[in-house]
Amino acid sequence: MTDEIVKTAFYDYHFAAGGKMVEFAGFKMPIQYQGITAEHLAVRNNVGLFDLSHMGEFEVSGPRALDFLQKVTTNNIAELEVGQIQYNCMTLPSGGIVDDLLIYRLPTDYMLVVNAANIDKDFDWLRSNLSADAELVDRSPLTSLLAIQGPNAEQVMSQITDYDLGGMSYYTWAEASVAGAKMMFSRTGYTGEDGFEIYIPPEHTDAVWRAVTEAGKKHNMELIGLAARDTLRLEMKMALYGNDIDETTTPIEAGLSWIVKLDKDFIGHDVLARQKEEKPKRRLVCLELEGKAIPRQGYDILDGDDVIGSVTSGTFSPSLQKPIALGYVVRRKAKSGTRVSIVIRNKTIPATVVKPPFYKNASHK
Amino acid sequence: MNVPAELKYTDEHEWIGIEGNIATIGVTDHAAEELSDITFVELPAVGDEVTAGEAFGVIETVKAASDLFAPVSGKVVEVNTTLEDDPEIVTKEPYGAGWMIKIEMSDPSELEKLLDAEAYKKLIFG
Repeated sequence: MTDEIVKTAFYDYHFAAGGKMVEFAGFKMPIQYQGITAEHLAVRNNVGLFDLSHMGEFEVSGPRALDFLQKVTTNNIAELEVGQIQYNCMTLPSGGIVDDLLIYRLPTDYMLVVNAANIDKDFDWLRSNLSADAELVDRSPLTSLLAIQGPNAEQVMSQITDYDLGGMSYYTWAEASVAGAKMMFSRTGYTGEDGFEIYIPPEHTDAVWRAVTEAGKKHNMELIGLAARDTLRLEMKMALYGNDIDETTTPIEAGLSWIVKLDKDFIGHDVLARQKEEKPKRRLVCLELEGKAIPRQGYDILDGDDVIGSVTSGTFSPSLQKPIALGYVVRRKAKSGTRVSIVIRNKTIPATVVKPPFYKNASHK
Repeated sequence: MNVPAELKYTDEHEWIGIEGNIATIGVTDHAAEELSDITFVELPAVGDEVTAGEAFGVIETVKAASDLFAPVSGKVVEVNTTLEDDPEIVTKEPYGAGWMIKIEMSDPSELEKLLDAEAYKKLIFG
């Protein structure tokens, strides 16, 4: 791996479109184009295009591929049929989260899609736990990724593929012709909206970009930067690794018990089984605030004068037009409706624990 | 990038307009361009004292909070209340309707430490 900052295959297009480029996880990525709020609302109400080529893709193959993946992840991959995709996470023996990821069941192999900032760490972790008769390959440098997200995503996607999207369920993938070349795409996303993610080999990146943006013109599709990606996922209470989950937090605490299948064995199983049984000391909750000041990562959450937790992500919600946050609080204060407060610049701002997601009208939940 | 010649500047990208003993404070075009999606501007109240070099308010954007630093010391005599309902005016008219506070200066000699337009241009354009 190199320490150089990597430009994705679409860098020149972002630059030409007025994208503000920043370094993120070793990549030059567009943080925004016309503005976070406008981009956010374009995805909620219409359709937007994201470059997610920084994400990592690993291939796991071999006769023991399934056994190996079952050992290193918490969700049950044996349930997956070819064509299906699963949200999953890898945990340490302590139960702390190594990364959250998507697992695609391919005809004979598996594809893992991991967070950009964790590519090297995940690869080392997987390799150090690799069983005999299982193989691990990092496909990230040769895989570009574009996401089309929003209630009108299917209308754009249907113009660049001949695949029957009407019969395609959420969290499934297909291999079909896209912009004239065969490649893999899935009905997945990180926005709460309907959408597609296209995995593009290097020789087809220009053709796919041109086809998608041309098809998008008829629908006023907007280019979306990483900043709006963050506000979109936050409104859905989708965890962001490094903010809301990390090696010090467990999937039980983070509200991800639904991807922890205790009837199989895996690294971290015993700690998580005990934590589920005894109930975690803290939980990740959704908070809505009064006023206009915005809670940010690390701000204290109070019950009276007692610190009962801290904010892990916060923003001004473009859809709800109010400040929102995710944060860990002690379990007795985690129930929805509980009144707490958040310290913002030495002022205590009233906040309420609310049921997830913040945004209730997404086209896919 | 607009840098009006008649104003003074700080290296924190505030501008200062001077009329007699009253300093009007805002953020520069350059800062405003970096601050898209302003959701909230937190300002002091009329009558509050501010100290040169210390934070007097905050600009919240969707992405981050940025402190506003007082270029001069004195008493706040007027606050731009239109920013409460329309904080984005800071981005649209940073030197006009987007002004933030007016200060009655307690030590006008502090103005000597501020940058003139030429020095500020050098700062942002290198």
